Amino acid sequence: MYKLNFAVLTEYWPALLAGLQMTVKVSVLSIFFGTLMGVAGALAKTSRFRALRALAFTYVEWIRNTPLLIQILFIYFGLGVFFSLSPMVASVFALSFFSGAYITEIIRAGIQSIHKGQREAALSLGMTEGQSMFLVVLPQAVRRILPPLAGQFITLIKDSSLISVIAVSDLTYVAKNIVTTTFRAFEVWLAIAVFYFVLSFALSWSVRSLEYRLAKSD
Amino acid sequence: MIEIAEVRKRFGRHEVLKGVSLSVAKGEVVVILGPSGSGKSTLLRSINGLETIEGGSIVVDGVRVHDGRETLHQVRQLTGMVFQQFNLFPHRTVIQNITMAPIHVQKKPRTEAEEIARVLLGKVGLPDKAEAYPSKLSGGQQQRVAIARALAMSPKVMLFDEPTSALDPELIKEVLDVMKDLAKDGMTMIVVTHEIGFAKEVADKVVFIDDGVKIEEATADRFFSHPTQERTKLFLSKILL
Repeated sequence: MYKLNFAVLTEYWPALLAGLQMTVKVSVLSIFFGTLMGVAGALAKTSRFRALRALAFTYVEWIRNTPLLIQILFIYFGLGVFFSLSPMVASVFALSFFSGAYITEIIRAGIQSIHKGQREAALSLGMTEGQSMFLVVLPQAVRRILPPLAGQFITLIKDSSLISVIAVSDLTYVAKNIVTTTFRAFEVWLAIAVFYFVLSFALSWSVRSLEYRLAKSD
Repeated sequence: MIEIAEVRKRFGRHEVLKGVSLSVAKGEVVVILGPSGSGKSTLLRSINGLETIEGGSIVVDGVRVHDGRETLHQVRQLTGMVFQQFNLFPHRTVIQNITMAPIHVQKKPRTEAEEIARVLLGKVGLPDKAEAYPSKLSGGQQQRVAIARALAMSPKVMLFDEPTSALDPELIKEVLDVMKDLAKDGMTMIVVTHEIGFAKEVADKVVFIDDGVKIEEATADRFFSHPTQERTKLFLSKILL
């Protein structure tokens, strides 16, 4: 019978930490670039220029209606035919594009939920469209969309486990290797689940406290 | 100060303004009356370009309003607007609401903008509310902050779009009093309102608009005592007890 032996975790602790570090690194970069994509996408979607709206629509629908795994494989192996991307760069690309599409929709909904009188008041004070967006509308929209945004970030951290298929040495990839050599599947995968849980939970907890801090003007 | 000539505006098939003209002299207080849907708010909102127009022209202090982005920007700095729903920025404190445009549009240093803001808050009777968030204020207080916010850009004209219509009855007077003070100081004002008392007391000129057409224009005295048009008489008979 299988006997539990968690000593494997201490033995491979440095490798696990390196994997955790990679997961955090890829996630943070992808959250950053994904949010930039999302802001750009939302501005394009609410733009008065038809071409920009069409472009944003195409982007969002393509990303949302194809599997993330396929996107990762396409960017690394597919585009790899033309440009050689390192696995890590390809991962950040794929995850940023992927989460950017969802963040586009979240931010767009947030922008459109702000009463149009806010924009009119800003314009009537002599502000430009850009100032009215970045000083008045977006700050209010961001507060309103923090919960779904946090959800999207957490999804991204968890989805980042998929990049192990292109040999990025993230948590999941490291775990697979350890299991292959030690056969300690239960201990290792349980530990990995705990790692992901701690990461995601810490993020949602900090967003919740940010929300609480921003609520002071209510 | 303001020349409105033959302004036309339509929303889809519905023609809201059917060639309205009006001129407003410097220091004049003009009250626009009319039933809801008559086009009076639309007319006011086209003066600072919140509405586009399909025909005619509007010139504010020598600047043509609907003539591209640059002049629009100029006009908006010449005019202050007060809205029915106040439209204060809820994520900013009172003083930040007032200083935002002076800092970002006029590029004033923060300390100078705050000094001006405090003077204006005193003027509207809210010197102790600088650090409060809008949600902590009553409707009347919010509207007075909105007036101070518009004044902070030192506009030459103030536009009021039903400024007391969203207020509880007991809060209306505090807003009207601020507006009266402003009129006394010689501000050029155009006020869309249902406050007949205010029109009688403060307006130099009253304009009655119905169905996109200017029906009557007269001094406040004449307008209320000797209206010439049947439509005006009918309207007055319904709103005056």
